[in-house]
Amino acid sequence: MIAPRLSAAADRATPLPAPLTLPGSSTVATKGPINPFLEWFGDLGIFFWRVARAAATPPFEFRELFRQLDEIGSKSLPLVALAGAATGVVLSLEARYSLTRFGAKSLLPAAIVFSVIHETGPIITGLVVSGRVGAGIGAELASMKVTEQIDAIEASAVNPYRLLAATRILACILMMPLLTLASDACALFMGWVSQALVEPVSLHQFINSGFSGADFNDFLPPTLKTAVFGLIIGLIACFQGMRTQGGAAGVGRAATSSVVLSSLFVILADVVLVKLIIIFFP
Amino acid sequence: MTPEIEMNSIDQIPIQIAIKRTEAEQDGRATVIAVAGLHKSFGSQKVLNGISLKVKRGETLAVLGRSGTGKSVLLRLIIGLTKPDSGSVRIHGVDIAGLALDQMGEIRKKMGFLFQHAALYDSLTVEQNVAFPLQHHQKKMSKSERADRVRGLLAEVGMEGAVAKMPSDISGGMQKRVGLARALALEPDILLLDEPTAGLDPISSGEIDDLVLKLQEEHHMASIVVTHDLHSAKTIADHLALLNEGDVVVQGDFEELQNSDIEFVREFLKHS
Repeated sequence: MIAPRLSAAADRATPLPAPLTLPGSSTVATKGPINPFLEWFGDLGIFFWRVARAAATPPFEFRELFRQLDEIGSKSLPLVALAGAATGVVLSLEARYSLTRFGAKSLLPAAIVFSVIHETGPIITGLVVSGRVGAGIGAELASMKVTEQIDAIEASAVNPYRLLAATRILACILMMPLLTLASDACALFMGWVSQALVEPVSLHQFINSGFSGADFNDFLPPTLKTAVFGLIIGLIACFQGMRTQGGAAGVGRAATSSVVLSSLFVILADVVLVKLIIIFFP
Repeated sequence: MTPEIEMNSIDQIPIQIAIKRTEAEQDGRATVIAVAGLHKSFGSQKVLNGISLKVKRGETLAVLGRSGTGKSVLLRLIIGLTKPDSGSVRIHGVDIAGLALDQMGEIRKKMGFLFQHAALYDSLTVEQNVAFPLQHHQKKMSKSERADRVRGLLAEVGMEGAVAKMPSDISGGMQKRVGLARALALEPDILLLDEPTAGLDPISSGEIDDLVLKLQEEHHMASIVVTHDLHSAKTIADHLALLNEGDVVVQGDFEELQNSDIEFVREFLKHS
């Protein structure tokens, strides 16, 4: 009966994980470099388990979840749209130059569409959200931690994993695919605008030509993989924020490490997910 | 004899049953908080070295001592925010060691905690801060009932005029009053106060002392007040415990403290 024992141990009312050491962080302990790294992963695993348990059991914090959906989704939309639009323009310019050189200019719409929906849209959205949302969550929770507000929540008999972490992580998971769709749409639109300025082509024609060889396997898996990016961004930002110590400096470190680590893990996860998508959705 | 419910396994804890009042508690004299042999270290620094304390219903215990002697850590251990290295904390007879977060929540509903710096939620107004525990634990309460209750609590601590203000817009003393109102929201029978008068001017300190006394008279809670303000402790507490190097040096009423021959006690009183 190892699993129930583990679950009971992980869920005990012990304090939030103490600040451990992180590679590259000023809080690195005097131990060897491997132990802190493994401890960090261990603590992250325990944190994830606590959040998952809290999220799966009532009472559910719907009000806070809706607030976070707005905070993470709606308020990230302009930035994500702008990043997508800029990416579309750059892709269009670069692809036009390259494809013209190789005599394949007619493939330009397809090159833009495939590039955007397969990889550029999801990864750009992941990185932009990890910057904006990761820093925001990390700094907010870290500030709450150092001013004892998280302790006050716990002292009020409210589970902070459920109220603070589960809602934010779930909001990240739900909003990332939607933000990716918005980013893709802006990138394709601006890709067309950029193309149309040089060589007149209707939007209808551009889209038809671009999507002519595409099917749902080209579109759905890459878009839905961003839910995993959302999990990574929310989980790491909440974890880094809720284990902060050390006043204003600690808040700064938490915000920075949230962005750096979530961006890094989003890129690493993308490598794995791309391979899995190629295997399972050929 | 203190009625206590022996609990050996986390899985066997019948929280709802355990926190029901025993007959002795209904008399008002049962031990509500029992701390036994509590040890706590942070790295190589020993903070608490086997502390034992008991507080009965309606009693106020003031924990005194120099800065860094583990007074605040003691309160955090009692409410379960920090885990002890060894020893036990029993609340209404339930050993809180190893309780799951939600099980501990059931016990915490009966406890009010005033943090040293009030720890008000800075994104919420004064009114929303006090309403926070009610929103989460009194779900059947209507909005108007909740608003009335919040205003009543704020009136009790003299803050009825600040309902719409943000915590950053009020003074430290006012924040502590609001923190006190929030701590009282769920009508706790245990009140833990961490330095309620620290950093306040003498008039504000006196007002907080009067407020705590008034609340004690009205609610008959078991209270622990951590302070190094001897005057405040003398005013609001029935018993005092003086901590030094992680242990209780002397425990009793103020006269016992005054008559103590222990060098540290005399030194502490001399400088207080």
